[in-house]
Amino acid sequence: MKKLSHYCITGLFLLLFTIHLSAQDEDLLKLVGGEEKPTKERIKYAFKSPRVINSHSMEFLNPGTMDFRILHRFGQLDQGYKNFFGLDQASMRMGFDFGILQNLMVGVGRSTYKKELDAFIKYAPVRQSTGPWSSPVTFALVSGITMDGLEWADPNRKNFFTSKLAYYFQAIIGRKFSEAFTLQVSPTMVHKNLVQLQTDPNNIYAIGVGGRLKLSQRIAFTWDYSHVIIGMPDSGYYHPLSVGLDIETGGHVFQLHFSNSTGMNERAFITETTGQFGKGEVRFGFNLSRVFQIKKKKHQK
Amino acid sequence: MNMKNNFLLAATLLFLATTGFAQKFYTKSGKIDFDATSASSPEKIEGVNRTATCVVDTKTGAIQFAVLMKGFAFERALMEEHFNENYVESHKFPKAEFKGTITNNETVNYSKDGTYSVTVKGKLTMHGETKDVETQGKLVIQGGKVNANASFNVLLSDFKIAIPGLVADKVSKTAKIIVSCSLEPLKS
Repeated sequence: MKKLSHYCITGLFLLLFTIHLSAQDEDLLKLVGGEEKPTKERIKYAFKSPRVINSHSMEFLNPGTMDFRILHRFGQLDQGYKNFFGLDQASMRMGFDFGILQNLMVGVGRSTYKKELDAFIKYAPVRQSTGPWSSPVTFALVSGITMDGLEWADPNRKNFFTSKLAYYFQAIIGRKFSEAFTLQVSPTMVHKNLVQLQTDPNNIYAIGVGGRLKLSQRIAFTWDYSHVIIGMPDSGYYHPLSVGLDIETGGHVFQLHFSNSTGMNERAFITETTGQFGKGEVRFGFNLSRVFQIKKKKHQK
Repeated sequence: MNMKNNFLLAATLLFLATTGFAQKFYTKSGKIDFDATSASSPEKIEGVNRTATCVVDTKTGAIQFAVLMKGFAFERALMEEHFNENYVESHKFPKAEFKGTITNNETVNYSKDGTYSVTVKGKLTMHGETKDVETQGKLVIQGGKVNANASFNVLLSDFKIAIPGLVADKVSKTAKIIVSCSLEPLKS
């Protein structure tokens, strides 16, 4: 009987000892685990900027930030050395975009081309996400207005203020397929209150295809194409195409690009692109985007 | 000693070992501050994470941390974006982990209130790289809870996190990590 109890105790100690041993290198974190609970998580950073090059991208500004954008577009490359490959001439748009909510932003801008003012509001009812009830794509809507700032072509006739205005409406369906690759499609309608010729349509419909291919952590190849489906004038106008590189340096994003359009708002580049990309009627341009935090995020110490 | 006594002793030992006092302490809301502000920087490069998991085994002195990199919040949204996208690449390396031991664990009496200085030694895994880390810390035992505090510096290049020359005046080559966790008994 005594022997049995000894065995019993030795056994217990052995048991304790082995438990102790295994405790040395066990994964303590597994004991509390649970952090793997699937939650809905928004896919972020599909583009470096809320604009692909010309067009709106599926990305939004963070709430409380302002994006100061200076867009430059030079003259046509085919002008040769006489105009230093277009660099002697420059057209620009200055813009201020504000992030209000995580999925709502507004912006205003002014272009030298036609002295045009523009403003827009952009809202995404659906954002691309992972986890339960997630969406594979971001769906965003943009509505904008542009105002021509030129003098009346004929001041003697009766002119209406509304004639200066044009509107655009756009839907963006985009998906970040991988860390490197993002693609978006954006059906767009532009309405011009006043058109030049009686034969010109007031409503122009286009479909945009924009994307990004990340080449490195801070450099990405981007393209931005709009195909005008309905309302393209018979001659002299072309579908706008821009290709470029996004380069991120600390607080700035530089978008170096080549484009066949001069205008830098939706009305201008969708309906008034006069360059032929294939024929060297291409302009060099760069967008400079600087994001400022104007409202501090809650940051508890 | 008769069998009865032996049996009682064994049972008491077993009881003590498992439920006498909590052997493990944990938290899921530990706070980890990260500060990589360079001396010449006009703005603070710092983030805070309040969802760190930490477990301490009082018996073995084992101490482990896990933290989701995406959980670091920065005052400026752009900083947070750069932190995730360009520096720690949180999509590729979502977690940072520390697994180590309190080397002077025997000097800490977890059942008695007090402040104990400890040395923690272990391996920190971040951005896919693992490095040995050793630091001094403090354990404050109070009312059955354990407060763990420590701070240490890591050389970012040890973890293959490159700081481009362009931002070198703002982002320091070393980051200060400040840990503060309030641990509760883990009921197993």
